[in-house]
Order: sequence, then structure tokens, then C-alpha cells
Amino acid sequence: MLQTIRRALTSSAGRAFLELLLVILLGVAFNADGAFFKVGTHRDTLRQASVYGILACGMTLVMITGGIDLSVGSILAVSSVSFSILTMHMDWPWWLAIIACLFLGSALGSMSGALVSNLKLQPFIATLALMSFARGFAKLITDGKKISTYVEQGGKVIIKQLPPVFKFIDSSILGGDVSIVSVIFLVCFLAAWVFLARHKWGRELYSIGGNEEAARLSGVPVRMAKFLAYTFSGLMCAVAGIAQAAQETQGDPVTGDGYELIVISMVAIGGTSLAGGRGGMGLTLLGILTIGYLNKILSINAVPDAGRRMITGVIIVLAVLMQKRRTK
Amino acid sequence: MIQGMAALVSMNGITKFFGPVKVLDQVDFSIYPGEVHILAGENGAGKSTLIKILAGAYSDYQGRIVMEDHEIRPSSPLDANRHGIAAIHQELSLIPSMSVADNLFLGHPMTRSGFVMEKAHRQSAREVLTRAGVNVSVNTFVEDLPISVQQLIEITKAIRLNARVLIMDEPSSALNAYDVETLFALVQQLKSQNRGIVYITHRLEEIHRLADRITVLRDGKLAGTALASELPEKKLIHLMVGREMEEQFPRHTMQKSSEALRVENLSVYKAGWGHRPLVDGVSLSAGRGEILGIGGLQGSGASELFLGLFGALPKRTVGRVSIEGKPVRIRSPREAISHGVALLTNDRKATGLISPMSVTANMCAASLGKLSRYGWRRPREEERMATEMGRTLQLRASSYDMEVGDLSGGNQQKVAIGKWLSISPRIMLLDEPTRGIDVGAKQEIYQLMNELTTRGISILLVTSEMPELLAMSDRIIVMHRGIITAEFSRIEATAEKVLEAAMGKINGDVGTTRKETDAHAADN
Repeated sequence: MLQTIRRALTSSAGRAFLELLLVILLGVAFNADGAFFKVGTHRDTLRQASVYGILACGMTLVMITGGIDLSVGSILAVSSVSFSILTMHMDWPWWLAIIACLFLGSALGSMSGALVSNLKLQPFIATLALMSFARGFAKLITDGKKISTYVEQGGKVIIKQLPPVFKFIDSSILGGDVSIVSVIFLVCFLAAWVFLARHKWGRELYSIGGNEEAARLSGVPVRMAKFLAYTFSGLMCAVAGIAQAAQETQGDPVTGDGYELIVISMVAIGGTSLAGGRGGMGLTLLGILTIGYLNKILSINAVPDAGRRMITGVIIVLAVLMQKRRTK
Repeated sequence: MIQGMAALVSMNGITKFFGPVKVLDQVDFSIYPGEVHILAGENGAGKSTLIKILAGAYSDYQGRIVMEDHEIRPSSPLDANRHGIAAIHQELSLIPSMSVADNLFLGHPMTRSGFVMEKAHRQSAREVLTRAGVNVSVNTFVEDLPISVQQLIEITKAIRLNARVLIMDEPSSALNAYDVETLFALVQQLKSQNRGIVYITHRLEEIHRLADRITVLRDGKLAGTALASELPEKKLIHLMVGREMEEQFPRHTMQKSSEALRVENLSVYKAGWGHRPLVDGVSLSAGRGEILGIGGLQGSGASELFLGLFGALPKRTVGRVSIEGKPVRIRSPREAISHGVALLTNDRKATGLISPMSVTANMCAASLGKLSRYGWRRPREEERMATEMGRTLQLRASSYDMEVGDLSGGNQQKVAIGKWLSISPRIMLLDEPTRGIDVGAKQEIYQLMNELTTRGISILLVTSEMPELLAMSDRIIVMHRGIITAEFSRIEATAEKVLEAAMGKINGDVGTTRKETDAHAADN
């Protein structure tokens, strides 16, 4: 029994689970007069973590190859503003707008992919470039302004109706207990999980992160697999951007700023190594919940932003220390 | 020259262990002023360990090093420098992103109140380089220079330190014919300045030209020291080999059969300019079920030949390859695998296995496409395959889910072999298949090689272990600096003949054209 527990705690999953448990205990201790025990608090936690969670799906795949994607926040913004422009200003049907945004996000992600796999740039540099480029692109197509239902036409300001797709994505199902963004997150999560755990491509990503040269010499299509990982991340950014637009009921070119750091910390806390080769979607889910709950607990206790950031920093260090693989 | 002169350094009774393995056993070695002392021996004889001790890389040795009646114990390369000993290693210790001048003064800068005197550096660097006969601008970045010039700068660095004992570990291995002459001139100059030079080489030609004295190591023991004039080639080779052959390898001799692999004029170039090819127009063929042994010492190009054949260096390889009579173009490891070619690399940690992944995952790494359906993996099929391979190879692992990095060396090697058996190969390129594994596992791998050949798989075997090469090969070719210098049948081959060819003596049978190509290539 004790042995089983010890073994469970030395595995990555066990430690990630322990982290989440400790954070939830923190919530029980500082429950803000019982607010932590309300169902609504947990639904909100999940809803607020969903956009990050969608980004974390792509990030996990990239990080397993030993890479990193700093451009997620910027590509999210491109998708968010594009979706708003297409549906609010140009009156495209919702499904066509969604397809266009997914395509655009994937295209931006594939640019990082090409830089990393074909031109052999370091992932940090390639996605740093994309981070800047995509943010600029978002500002370019919006002229730096927020895209909302207030539309200027011929010098007059008219207020258009909010497209129903915005309301739908921001609504909830099952008597209001599960929000649609959380469902979207779940779908993305399952997709990433099934690719990583069950598809040839997932195995290739692990082997590239574990030993790229050995993978290449085993016939793994290294370039293609890496290219697709960044493209997938771009696709996830597009999905997250659409959800973000719906939640904000507007397209903001500066939205998602700094998201890359939150998402990377979620994935790393889960136990996916920045060095690559180890990790998985299950771990990432635990990481998403850990950070999500931490944020919620800090917010219901009305901890000011300064303190929140400092506490988050400390928790990240502690969590990653816990994840550190013991070397024999 | 040597009589009546005191040794610069003498190493007495040096013994050194790596873990439980004794790599040096009571070795005596001394260096006199103004001599070139060649240190010879097969791969793994202990040469590098001995000079590393002298150069301060290992301080946990037994025995004494005496310099001018005082015992010294070099504890670090810097400490060895202080005693006037400097080593020029095969892996250069220059910093590529720094200038020539900065490299020359690395670790011993000229300073004024803590600030580096750049101008004085450049001035002094220019002087040292001119004196050494190395013609290069002091402001050039080292990475922009060809490897040969880097080698000369490395030597110049040692001269600048005023080292009295210079250790050169295969300094010519990357040099072309012209640069070798510069190197030799430099060595002569150092000799005339009464410095002592320890020179490790695998080339008979260099031994002829440079040696004043020769020390031969064999299996970590001193096989003999003699003046070069008293040690003719035959005797030198005999000293180096010198072991009794035991019948410990159960090779079943094979029947003559059809040709499985033919390679014509294959060359592999090194990245960058000004380098001689690593493999220079090699042609060979192997029959079905045959083991073709490829002998050679360090820098022979055998490993690069394998990488080239396997499509791992696509932009640097030229040549014609046909498999079972059909010409093929192999431009990537993927294509090699699709043609049934497998490459077991010589370094399982760096290029063979993916250590953070499970035994099963590693076994399936090369056959994932075959094991999947429409790209979706079938874990049950993978497990079945891994278990089957594990049984064939008598793999000992507590679980097939454990990370492969946690297995013992022999079992890791079996996983690496299993990965290649899973593609049902026709041709296996085995580069040092028994490196760093225990005797039991070695025997099992030899058994397996026999079984594979009876199934018609042809094996190309590169090994630095002479007994293994002689016993397991049906036919042996020998490479030296990228060309084939000899070919022997199983019956003809002896350790002496192979070693001679590996050190650059060209066998008459291979033809004089080879010699010309070599001379031609060397001039480029």
C-alpha cells in the first residue's frame, strides 16, 4: 500500500496530481467565506481556464518536440480580430468565418513550423519573430482599434446586432453548469490527446524531443512532424481566438498579451519537460487546472494583482521543482 | 642524442582504473629533450589515457611522474601547462566564435590592472604565428578557418605557453598533404628548440618520417620501447598486435551466393570547405548471407561510409549503390529503410536510442509505419512485436514500459538491434555492435549475426576489435583515411596484415590506381 503510494508519487502524473491537490487544499483553507464551495466557482474556474487550456493543447505538442511556441497570444489576437471583422463588419456566415480563422491561424503556425524545421531556426527565435509579426498583423487589419458592434459607416456610427454565434459560444449548457468554451476546450483536448497517444505522429513528436538524431536515423520524418506540431499550435490559437472574441464580444488587437507565459507554465507544471521527450496531455490537464484554480483562489480572496503575480511566480518554481526528475 | 641526457619527464609505473576496469597497468614512459617520441598501439590500447594523465586530465592514477627530480601530479590542464606540458587534442580546444589572437591568449591573457591588452595580444600573436610559419590573420574568427589551420593554431598556442613537452594526439588526422608538411616542419622546429614531443599516430608514413623513439602499448600494458632505427615495421606491427588468437567466436562459414549490395565510387565529404573527403571513392560489394568486415583505425572513414550509404548525409554523399542488382538512390534514412537497409550506429546513447522512451517505443521506432494502420498506432501490435523481438534477443528488462535509458549497456544494444530487425532488413550495417557491453551479451550478438546471415541477410561489420573482425568476417576490407587499402579473404587475413593496411600500407592486390587517387585527393 505504502509502496504503491510512493510509486504513484514519484511518477510525473502523481506529482502533478499532488500539486493540484495542494492548490485545492489552499482553496479549502482560504475559501473566502464559503465561496470556494459553490458550484459556480468551479464552473467559472473551468471557463476562465478554457482559453488557456486550448492554447496549452498546441503548446504541449510543441514542447514535447523540445520546442516552444511564444507566438500563441499574438496568433490568438489575429484570430480574434479576424473573426470579429468577418462576422460583425463583413456579415460573413458564422461557419465560413470560423473556417477562415482556423485557416489563418494554421497558416501563421505553419510559418513558425517552416522556420524551425526547414530553416533550422531555434524555436525560441522563430516563434519570437512570429509573436511580433502576428501582433503587428492584428493591429494592421484593425488599424489598431477594437472591433465591435459599433461600426462607422459614412461618418455615422451605427450599432449592429451582435452575431448570434458570439452569444452561443459564450453560453452554457446542462442548466448553466458547463459553458460552451469549456466544451470546445474538451474537444481540443481530446483531439490533442488522441494524436499524441494513439497516432504515429504523436510517437514521432516524442522521439524527436527524446533524441532528434536517433529519430532521424530511425526514419522518422523529423521535418514534417515538427512542421505539423507548430501548425497544430497555430490551429489551437485560432480556436482560442474565436472563443476569446465571443467572451469579450469584440476583437481586440492587444488581447492575449502575455498568454504564452501562462500557457507555458501550465504545461511545464504538469510535467512536460521543456527539454522535450517527456510529458503528455493528461499532465497538461492537471497543469491547466492547477494554475486555473490558483488564479481563482487568489481572485475570490481579493488578492491584489501585485501579490497575485508574485504568488504565481513562487508556485511555478515550487511546482517545477516537484516535477524535477530525480537523477539516479 | 639520448644517452647521457636527462629526461624532461618520466612517468613510472602508471596504473589507472576506469571503474573496475584497469586501462593502464604499470606503464613506464619518458620524454627526452629534442626527440619525437611516437606512442603507438591499437584502438583502446591506452594511449589516450596515458597522455591525458600527463596533460592533467585525470589525477586519480597510481604511479609517479617525475620532472627534473621532482615528482609532479598534474591536477588540471592548467596545472600541466604550469609545469611546461601542453597537449594538442584531437578535439580542438579552440573557441570557434573568438578570433585567432584571443584564442592564443585564452586562459593566460596579458592584462594591465585587470584589463585585457588587446593591442599587445595582436602584436604578440602575430609574432608567434610568424615564427611558427602559420600564415593567418590574427583577427580572423577561428570558425572561419579550415580545420587544418585550426590545428596549427592549436599547436602555436602550446608554443606560446613555452611548453617544453608537447603532446600531439593524431594532429594530422584532419590535414591534407600540404598542411601535413607544414605540421612536420613545425615539429622539426620544435625539436631543434630542444622540446620533447609525444606524437600519437596511426600512420606508418608519419612514424617513418618523424620518430626518434617508439613506445608501443597493448591492452593497457607496455609492449616495448625502442629507438626508431631498431624497430622495423614488421616488428612494430607484431608488438602492436602480439596476442594469441583464441577461438571464441563461432562463425559458421557461408556458401558463395548472389550479390546483395554493390557500392561504386562512394565518397562522403565533410561540411565546409578545404577538407579532404572522409570517404574517398570507395567501391565494395557484399553477398547475401555474407559478413563483410571493415577494418580500420580512428579516422578511417568506415563510420562515415555507413552514414553515407544509409542516406544520413544526403548532401555530402556521391556514388552509385545497387541492392540485389537494382540501382537505388538513397537520400534519407527513410529511403534506406524502405530498401531494407538498417544502420546500427556506433553510439547508442547519442544516435541509437531515444533514452526517455520505453523499450517498446524504441523497438518500434523504425517500423512505426508498418505497425500502424492509416497512421493510427496499434499498441497491441507494437507490444506483440516488441515481445517477440525481446524473446529472440534474450532481452532482460523488468518491464517493456521502462525507459530504455535505465537498461544495462548490453540490453540497450539489444533494443537497438531489435529496432532494426523489426524492419526485416536485407542489409545490416553494424558499426561497433559490441562496444561497451559485457562478454555474455557479446556472445549473444555474435550468435545472432550468424543466425541472420543464414537467413540471407548480409552484414557489413565495422569494429575496432581485431579479434572480432578476424573471427566474424567472411571477407575483410581495410580502410585508411577514406580509401580501401587492402582486401583479404577470411583465410588470408591476419592481425598483422590488417593492421599494416589500416596504418596506410597499400596492398598490391587492390591496385595502383588507388594510390593515385589518394595522392590526387591529398593534393586538393
